[in-house]
Amino acid sequence: MSALATLTGHYLRGTFKSRFAVVFGAVQPLLYLVLFGPLFDRSGVGSWDTLVPGLLMQLGLVSSGLVGFGIVFDQRFGVLERLRVTPVSRVTLLLGRVLKDSVVLLVQAVGITVIGYALGLRAPLAGVLLGLLLVTVLSIGMAALSYAAALTIRQELFPALMSTVVIPLMLLSGALLPMSLAPTWLDVVSRLTPFRYAVEALRALFAGSYASPAVLWGVVVSLVFVVVGMAVGTMRFQKENA
Amino acid sequence: MIHARGLTKTFGTVEAVRGIDIDVSAGEIVGFLGPNGAGKTTTLRMLTTLLRPTSGTATVAGHDLFADPMGVRRRIGYVAQGGMIGPITEIGEEMELQARLYGMRRPEARERVADLLAEFELAGLERRTAATLSGGQKRRADIVMGLLHRPGLLFLDEPTTGLDPQSRANLWEHVRRLRDRDGVTVFLTTHYLEEADALCDRVLIIDHGRIVASGTPAELKAAEGAATLDEVFLALTGRALREGAAA
Ligand SMILES: Nc1ncnc2c1ncn2[C@@H]1O[C@H](COP(=O)(O)OP(=O)(O)OP(=O)(O)O)[C@@H](O)[C@H]1O
Ligand SMILES: [Mg+2]
Repeated sequence: MSALATLTGHYLRGTFKSRFAVVFGAVQPLLYLVLFGPLFDRSGVGSWDTLVPGLLMQLGLVSSGLVGFGIVFDQRFGVLERLRVTPVSRVTLLLGRVLKDSVVLLVQAVGITVIGYALGLRAPLAGVLLGLLLVTVLSIGMAALSYAAALTIRQELFPALMSTVVIPLMLLSGALLPMSLAPTWLDVVSRLTPFRYAVEALRALFAGSYASPAVLWGVVVSLVFVVVGMAVGTMRFQKENA
Repeated sequence: MIHARGLTKTFGTVEAVRGIDIDVSAGEIVGFLGPNGAGKTTTLRMLTTLLRPTSGTATVAGHDLFADPMGVRRRIGYVAQGGMIGPITEIGEEMELQARLYGMRRPEARERVADLLAEFELAGLERRTAATLSGGQKRRADIVMGLLHRPGLLFLDEPTTGLDPQSRANLWEHVRRLRDRDGVTVFLTTHYLEEADALCDRVLIIDHGRIVASGTPAELKAAEGAATLDEVFLALTGRALREGAAA
């Protein structure tokens, strides 16, 4: 437990040393918020209350999906081996990083939400807080999978491959434009991807309908996702780097 | 300190280590010699729990490698051939983290880091990143990393490669002091045979994944009728090479 706190604290200090990197990590949803949000708001498709949850999901998927890149350098410079010969368990080595990532994500998500309020978001505070919690849970699963992928895939392929996987999942979730607009085939495909349910739960929370089936499904899918993500990540960390 | 029997490691079709026995007693400085690709690093990574042997058994620092890897990790220090510090973090901070991962509290960790930095002539460099250190400073910093938790058994993979003669002699002094003062057992690899001759109580020579000779430097020289360890090395590993080519 104390090793986990030590590791997480160490990684957090390292990350927040560069505030620029924390902001830059959220630059894509930020640009959508500021340069696309005003259009979206007047498009008749939906309001800020529809867009902001989608952008939070985009943040949770895309930036968490890429965190694995950080471990590539640790692996190359022998830092990972150094940590592996200490008596710290592999799960802790993974969790230390993932918890750091979720704190960074939460900070970024709060930033986007606050700017969203300034631009015209009107969601109830309770719904927003629950929504942030849901996004954080999802991002933990995504980050764990990202590390597992980074330790498996050749490093030069990692960013391209992750984008190829994550961007379609993000688009299919209806994060940018609600899937209610989709033709039937796209809607069907979208229902086969996990984040569709998370986005709808997020929008329901932002709309203040806490007891809706959308929220229930979103929570169930997100919990399953985080369990699977952590399991895969731990397995990959436990495996020797043979 | 180390008792290994029949250790092997196969990577796909490459038989990197082909059944080696190793015995190292407490307080010994043992040199592990062999040509490039002989299997030295692979053996060290197995003995330090980083790589699962394909077959064989080993007890390291009193703990079974398979049954109790955590027990092994607590008692050993390892300095990898390629170094172990990232280029952009401050070395002092990395060292403090490392010490705390072995259970030291922050003040104790700080003190330990400061002591070792001073001992390895790195005092004042704790805020520097590894990328800004000279090769020799960087290597000493790697070694400090492996010593923070006062391990009873230290694995050094080519600790002196790339160092100037002065720094190398210096490092020998450090290794001797660790053994004489703290009773640390040291298992190290090197390509400098005069180093093995001067520093090691005993040497093992590995070639193509097999131990081809072991003994004190004097014993090996006498057995091969050679004047230097270099000649012993060339005779032994060259022979294996010729046999390998004939087979
Ligand atoms: N992860 C790996 N995958 C495949 N082959 C490997 C791997 N690690 C080592 N080998 C192979 O195993 C053999 C032994 O390598 P090892 O690194 O143990 O040699 P070494 O004695 O340390 O050599 P050097 O003196 O050059 O450091 C080599 O043929 C090497 O290519
Ligand atoms: Mg080697």
